[in-house]
Formats: sequence, C-alpha cells, structure tokens
Amino acid sequence: MLTLLAILVDGLVYASWLFIVAVGLSLIFGVMKILNVAHGSLYAFGAYAAATLIGAYFNAGWAPLGSFAVMLLAAVAVGAILGLALERGLLRFMYGRDEVIIVLVTYAAFLILEDSILLIWGTNPYFAFQPYALLGNASVGRLAFANYDLSMIGLSVVTGVLLWWALTHTRQGKLLQAVIHDREMAQALGINVTRVFTATFVLGAMLGALGGAVTAPQISVTPGIGVEVIVVAFAVVVIGGMGSIPGAAIGALIVGLIRAATVHLFPQVELFVIYAVMSLVLAFRPAGLFGRAAARKI
Amino acid sequence: MAIDRFGVQLGLAFVVLAAAGFLLPAWAVFLLTLSLAKGLVVLGLLILWRTGLVPFGQALYFGAGAYAVGLLVLLTGLRDIVVLTLAAILIPMLLAWLVGLLLCRYRDIFFAMLSMAFSMILYGILVKTEALGSTDGFNVAPPTFLGFAPSGETMRVSIYLWVALLSLAAAYGVHRYLSSALGQLASAIRDNEIRVEYLGVSVQRVILIKAIIAAGLAGAGGAVTAFAVGHIDPDAMTYWTVSGEFVFITILSGTGSIFAPFVGSLLFELIRSFAIQYAPHFWQMVLGVSLLLIILFLPNGLWSVFTRLRKRG
Amino acid sequence: MTHSIRQTIATPSTHARRRSTLSIVIGLLLALAFATPVAAQQTMKIGVVSFLSGPAAFFGVPGRNGAEVVIEGINNGTLPAPYNTKGIAGATIEAVYVDETGSTTKLVEDFRNLVQRQNVDAVIGYIGSGSCLAVAPVAEELKMLTVFHICGTPRIFEEKDYKYVFRTSSHSTMDNVAAAHYVAKIVPNAATYSHINQNYAWGQDSWRDFKLAMDHLMPNAKLSSEQWPKLFAGQYSSEISVLLVSNSDVIHSSLWDGDLDSFVFQSGARGLTKSSRLVLTTAEANMYRLGAKMPDGVIIGARGPYGVLARDTELNRWFQQKYFDRFGSPAIYPAYMVAQSFLGLKLAYEKTAQKLGGKMPTREQVIPNFEHLTFEAFGTEVKMALGKGHQAITETAYGQYKFDKSTGTASITNVERFAAECVNPPEGVKADDWVKGGLKGAKCN
Repeated sequence: MLTLLAILVDGLVYASWLFIVAVGLSLIFGVMKILNVAHGSLYAFGAYAAATLIGAYFNAGWAPLGSFAVMLLAAVAVGAILGLALERGLLRFMYGRDEVIIVLVTYAAFLILEDSILLIWGTNPYFAFQPYALLGNASVGRLAFANYDLSMIGLSVVTGVLLWWALTHTRQGKLLQAVIHDREMAQALGINVTRVFTATFVLGAMLGALGGAVTAPQISVTPGIGVEVIVVAFAVVVIGGMGSIPGAAIGALIVGLIRAATVHLFPQVELFVIYAVMSLVLAFRPAGLFGRAAARKI
Repeated sequence: MAIDRFGVQLGLAFVVLAAAGFLLPAWAVFLLTLSLAKGLVVLGLLILWRTGLVPFGQALYFGAGAYAVGLLVLLTGLRDIVVLTLAAILIPMLLAWLVGLLLCRYRDIFFAMLSMAFSMILYGILVKTEALGSTDGFNVAPPTFLGFAPSGETMRVSIYLWVALLSLAAAYGVHRYLSSALGQLASAIRDNEIRVEYLGVSVQRVILIKAIIAAGLAGAGGAVTAFAVGHIDPDAMTYWTVSGEFVFITILSGTGSIFAPFVGSLLFELIRSFAIQYAPHFWQMVLGVSLLLIILFLPNGLWSVFTRLRKRG
Repeated sequence: MTHSIRQTIATPSTHARRRSTLSIVIGLLLALAFATPVAAQQTMKIGVVSFLSGPAAFFGVPGRNGAEVVIEGINNGTLPAPYNTKGIAGATIEAVYVDETGSTTKLVEDFRNLVQRQNVDAVIGYIGSGSCLAVAPVAEELKMLTVFHICGTPRIFEEKDYKYVFRTSSHSTMDNVAAAHYVAKIVPNAATYSHINQNYAWGQDSWRDFKLAMDHLMPNAKLSSEQWPKLFAGQYSSEISVLLVSNSDVIHSSLWDGDLDSFVFQSGARGLTKSSRLVLTTAEANMYRLGAKMPDGVIIGARGPYGVLARDTELNRWFQQKYFDRFGSPAIYPAYMVAQSFLGLKLAYEKTAQKLGGKMPTREQVIPNFEHLTFEAFGTEVKMALGKGHQAITETAYGQYKFDKSTGTASITNVERFAAECVNPPEGVKADDWVKGGLKGAKCN
C-alpha cells in the first residue's frame, strides 16, 4: 500500500519535472519547426543563474520565501537574454535553410554554451539547497515527501494551464496557433511571423531556463547537467506528439508513472524505461499520442 | 563515360591514400584511419539522407559491428581481419533488416527518434552485461592479415591500408548503386513518395534496402574502429552522442559527392584533435564556432568548395 | 523554396571572399599539423590527463591542481625529503594538460597524439576505468611509460601483463572491502542493508565487491533493496522513497560528485539518514562543500588514506599547506592520488639515474626500478605489490562525519585504518575471485 502511494506520488513529481523541462522544447518545435538542442544549455544556464542568485539572496539575509521569486527572476532573465541572443543573433539568419541544418546550428550553440558555463562558473558545484529545506516534509507513516518536490506538481499544472489559456484565449496565442497550423498562410494573412518566432523562442527559452531554475535547489549544480536533459525532453515530446502542449503533459505523465513503478518494482531496468516507452508508443501511434499525421500531398 | 572517369578518380584516390600511409607521421595515419572509418558510416548516412531520412541512431549498427568483432575475437579466437570485417558488415545488415521492418514506416523526426531509441536499447543491454565489462568495455586483440600478424607501426599501417581499401570499395559500390534505377529513386522519394508509389515501386522496400546498405557500412566503420582503437565500450560505440556525431559530420560534409563524407570526417577529426591540444579547457567551443562558420560560409557542406573550384577552373 | 533563392543571389565577390577565408583556415590547420614542437634540453615533458570539463571535472580539476602543486615543488626542489632534489633526475617537468572528456576512441587518439605528435616523455593520467583499460595496450604498443592515477577497476593488471604501464593507487576492490570491514566494526548488529549505485561499471563493481565482502564478514545481515539510478540522474526522489520504505540499517553507495551531493541532500531532507546509516565510499571529496548539509555519523571513505584521512607526516603537511595557499581549499583525495603518481615516477627515475652515475635514464632502464617500488607518498606508504610490481597497494581508512556548527568545520571521527594486505588481494589472485572466495589470504590485525 505504501509502495503504491509512493509510486503515484513519485511518478507525479517526476512527470511534473519532465513537463516543465519538455514543454518549452515542444512549443518551439510546434511554432518554428526547430529541434532546439541548445535547450539543454538553457536548462543548465537557468540552474546556474538560479543557484548563484539564491546563494546571494540568502547571504544578504532577506526573507527566505522571497527566494522563490528569485528563482523565477533567474529563469526569466536567462530566457530573455539567451533566447534573444540565440534567435536574433543566430537563428534568424538560418530561416529557410534545411531543418537539419538548423538543428546543427543549435548543436553548435550548445557546444559553445557548454564551455561558456565552464568559463563563467568554473567546475566547482553550486548549491542552492535553502528553498528545498525551507518547505519541510509531509509524512505518511515512514514515508516522508519533500514539500518542495510536491510543489513541482502545482507548478507544472499552473504552467500548463497558463500556456493553454494563453494559446487559446488571447489574441497573441491565436496568432501563434495560426502560425503552428500553416506558416505560409499565416504570413499571407499579414501575421508578422518574424515577431511570432522571436516571441516563441524567448518564451521557450524561458521555460527551459525555468526547468533548470526550479531543479537547482534539488541538485548539486555541476558542469554537464544539460546534456542528459536534452534526450529526456526529446523523448517526452516525441511520445506526446511534437509541438503539442497537452501531448507533452500526457507524455510526461506516462513516462513519469512508468519510471516510478520501475524504480519501485524492477530497479534493474530503470535505464531502459524511457526508450522502451518511446518505442512502444511510436509502434502504435507513429506520430506520437497527440501528433497529427501529416497529410500526404500528391 | 561517367563510370570510367569515376574509376580513374578512385584509382588516383587509392594511390594518394596508400602513399599517405607510408609518408605521413604515425599519429596522422591513425587519425586518417579513424576518419576513414567514420567516413564509411557517414557514407551510409548519405544514402538515407538523399531520401530525406535522418538516422539519429546509426550507432546501433556501428556498435553492432564493433561488438561483433569484439565478441568473435573474445569467444572464438578468430583473428583474421577479412572474416571479422565481413561478419561486422553482415550482422548489422541482418539487424537492420529486422529493425527496418518497423522503422521504415516512419519519416522525419520520428524516424530519427525511433532509430535513436533502438540504439539506446542496445546501449542499455550492453551496460547491463557485466560479463562484457559494462561501460568499461573490453580490449580487442589485434587482427591478423591472411595469417600475418604484424606489430607496432606495421600493424597501424596495415589496418590503415585495409580501411582505405574498404572505403574505396564502398565508394565504388555506393556510386554504382546510386546511379542504378533503384538508387536514383532516392530524390524522387524525398520529393514525393506517393508519386513514386504510383509508378509501381514499393517505397518501403526501397528504403529498407537503403537502410540495410547503410547498416553494413556502419558495421564496417565499427569494425575498423575496434581494430584501430583496440578497445570497445558502449559509450564509445552505441551512445546517442556517437550517432549525433555522425549526423554532424554528414551535414558538415554535404551530401553532394561520394567523397564528401571522407573529407568531412577528416576535417572534423583535425579540428577536434588540434582544439584539444591547443585549447584543452574550451575545445568544445572551438568545435562549435568552426561548425557555425562552416554552416554560414559553406551552406552546402565542405564539398561545395570543390564543386565551386571545379566550376571556376 | 526560400533557400534556393538565397543560394542564387550569392555574388562572385562573396565567392572569392569565402574562398580566401577557407584557404586561411586550411593553411592554419596545415601549419599546425606540421609544426613539430622542439623539446628543450633538460626538460621532461609529461602528458597530464584528467577530466577538465563535464561532470567528472570535479575529480579532474583537483587532480590537475594537485599535479600543479607537486610539479612546482619538484621543479623548485622545495618538497620535503626524500624528494628534495630539483626536477626529475635533474630534468625540469613540463606538463601538457589534456582533457579526458570524450569516448575511449577519442582518448586513444589523444594519447597517440601526445606520444607521437607532442613527443612527451611520460604520461600520467586517467580517471575513468574505461579510459585506463583502453589506453593501457596502446601505451604498451608505443612503449610509453604511463602511470595511471585515479581509475579504479582491478581488471587492468589482472587481464594482461604490462611492461610500460603502472598504477600508483589501489584499485576499487579495496574501497568496498574496507567499507564492509568498517560496517562490521561500527554497526555489528545491522540486520538489513540496501544500496544505491549508478548503473554503470563503477557502480556495478563497487556494489558487487561490497555485497560479496558483506556475505563473508556479516553473513547474518540481509540484503533489502537495490537501487540502480542512471549516471548523472541528479534527482533521487523515487529511489529515496524506496529506501525509506525498505527501512534498512545500512545503505551502501559509491555515488560521486554532484550525484552524491544531490543524494545526500535529498535523503537528508527526507529523514533517510535518521533511520539508516549511509556508507559513502567517495564522500571525502564532497565533505567540505557539503558542510552542515551532510548529516553527522555518515560513514565516509576517500579511496585510500588521503585528504582528511591521510597520515600526519611532514609530506602531508607540506602538500596540504601548498595546496591550500594556492587554491584556497583543502586538498581532497583526487589531488593526493594524482600528486603521488609524480612522486613514484620521480623516485623511480632517480633510483635509476643514481645507478647510472647521474645520467638521464631511458624508459626501459627506469621500469625495473619502478616495479616493486615502495615509496612514502603524501598520505601513506605506496607499495607496488600486485600485477608483477605494476599495481600499487596501500592501506586505507574509513571514518564518520562530524560537523561542528559553532566553528563551521568538518571533521572525521572514529577513524579505522586497514592494512594494505588486509583489504587488497594477494599477488596472483584476481580481485573478483578473492572477494567471491571469502577474502582468503587477507592479513588483518
């Protein structure tokens, strides 16, 4: 019974993290058809920035709860700066080029950013454990959960709902959807696609950095944390269907719950689980769960 | 006669490569060996690429080839380079046929991600196989050449000549294949599959054949890498970053010519090797910047330099 | 369609510009390729390889720092006796630092480049076990004197005999056998134990050795739960839930670097350390930075008597002082392991030079004097006892963490030392067979 509860909670916590990490990637792909390999670096930059700012904040001795605002600030700042730099300074020169070329450009950006992290922050780890400790635990018998982990569930729900609302109920969101649906038609109708692209990329970058920023208090922020994130995020996005926000949510839930069950029941195969799920889903739904099969034109 | 001219080019290439094996310093011969091995894999990618498919899991076959060699040496004591290479080509081809039955239904990013998932499953299996050293891997004893067992630098040059021979044979074979009717369907499929099907061709079958050829080439590359390095492990053979590097080199090279993959691999190896030597703390940044420069200034890959030069001349 | 338009509008002048840029690039590469470095007289060029980027830079950078300290000491002749002569047999060390990040294929290529392009006289390096396994046969082929410093796998000298390859630290079996000894001493009543180890060779080997040693030393304790997170997972919330539910007395782990920080912190926050005693085989490297975040009583190892577990000798005080002065932090075990490999090399060269009447010896002349060498290093005495004199054994130590909140200092209590012959297999016995066979031939006091 305790195990079942643990699987459920652990699965939800992990799924929430996956969703936050993957949703920015999915958004960028949906709108711009760019598979952004540098997403992993945005995550890492977010984590480093948050860890640095949280450290400084606590050293200054201000009200501990304010550190959560600091985390959010770090994500927004990193996303805005790097997102703008990448999109305006690099990617916009590539539009119209082959999609794989653009993937390669983001890969080059990833290599450069990885070493930039080493140059800026060095190889020593950064800690930002204070917010994690601040929220305490919730216990069920022997099983204690960190409230910080549980709050991730809330954060991912809020993020998801906000995104969904913005996409379906605001003017900007509707323009975005038009671009997702048919870029050329949207452009013909007078939508400023360039501006939509910039906005989307910056938003996606902020979400990637947010993933890093909220993870920073859980982990030791060290070089290379961005690498593993890329594949995991890609897998979630592919399972859900590229470019679909509900898809990212369902993909994250499936992977999260199955992984938690594996850790509790068959810890030996945890290594495979995400790829096995991906293969299975794609075997039955070739375009992912929420992906639309592309129309075949003669 | 295009084939005749191609034959002359191949002959010239072999003379140059063989001379290089005897004239260049030892480190350069080793670097060339690894570049040619990578070039073989990338040549396979080029075949799929022209169909519009991006295999992001070619390390599956690269690793299968390397492990086929490693296991045969370990379990049967077989050392002959010809037999081992042949096994390393055929086993991945068989694997590609099995995997391909499912994989060939997919296109675009789904093809890429699914092939990556398969390669990562092989990675997981190897990591869990503690008898084979898990992520530490194991050493592969040096090969013999029709009974001869050279040592030291002679061994290095022999392996190099073998991969040079393999590369040219592969270049010739792929050239013949691409000029055949089956091969020329590639760009037609890339442009519009349905039209091709209306012509009475099974697109899936064509793609399956291409995937099998590509797997054989990747297996050969894996085998040569195993011989040259003398050690195999899952991280160096089947991890997704290995597949990523192959894709990277394909784009770097351009898909315009059969020779492009080999030139691209060589340049990639040179940049990486000197970046590590002169900038040990930020060689990744050097690699990233060079990559960006190439994309910006040579949009059709490195090979476009040669075509452009030829046009001017 | 847009891209074809872009291509056609490129003008001839841009073509020319591009071509000249390219020719400069190619020219530079060629110039680099054929510039043969000229080695100055009386210097000894040593390739020093460790992780300078990526997650394992956590070991690699302190390792490089340790190398810098000891190289400076050797070149200036400021080390305490018996190392107080200048240079290595009079030659000044010139270090070439190389990043270990990348696959073994790349490492082998880089190793060959070090030897054949940069013409080094010796190579000291390698943290990853896979790196050492891959490089060893190449070192042998190229006849390059190579000293491994941190890598752990016992397989290197058990699978093959090497002439040119040495390792001046104990292999990882020692860490886990000693951990089991320590648990048997400190928690003799433990009824159940679990583990959390990364799902790759290091984690698998560490766990197997610990488990087999426990079977022999604490046959009544039962294995409760196994956890195999993947390398660099960072988040252990599910794993910690399982460990909480399993409620074991002892939890073994060989996690390292960021993974270890994260696990210690997350498990501490969720109260795992209240119900279970953690045995962390590499935690000495993390203790200063974790400070109050590491719970008291956690069992800590340093892969040998290094860092805080080192013996209090003049050499050790010199090293700690110099390291702290230069880098502002205490030297941790990777720094010791790298630094001591230089001492072994220096001693072997100088013993040989002495026999040759002060002449600079060749590698082949040095090797017989390096084999079976015993030397006093910064943390302890190193004996090249296994692998026909190529593989070191050392004593080791474990202790329990204690953090003094009032002074903010981290320290170790209840230190137990285990003699080299107690926690290392005898010569000629494979480590795996030794732990499986119940640690036969171990000489413990």
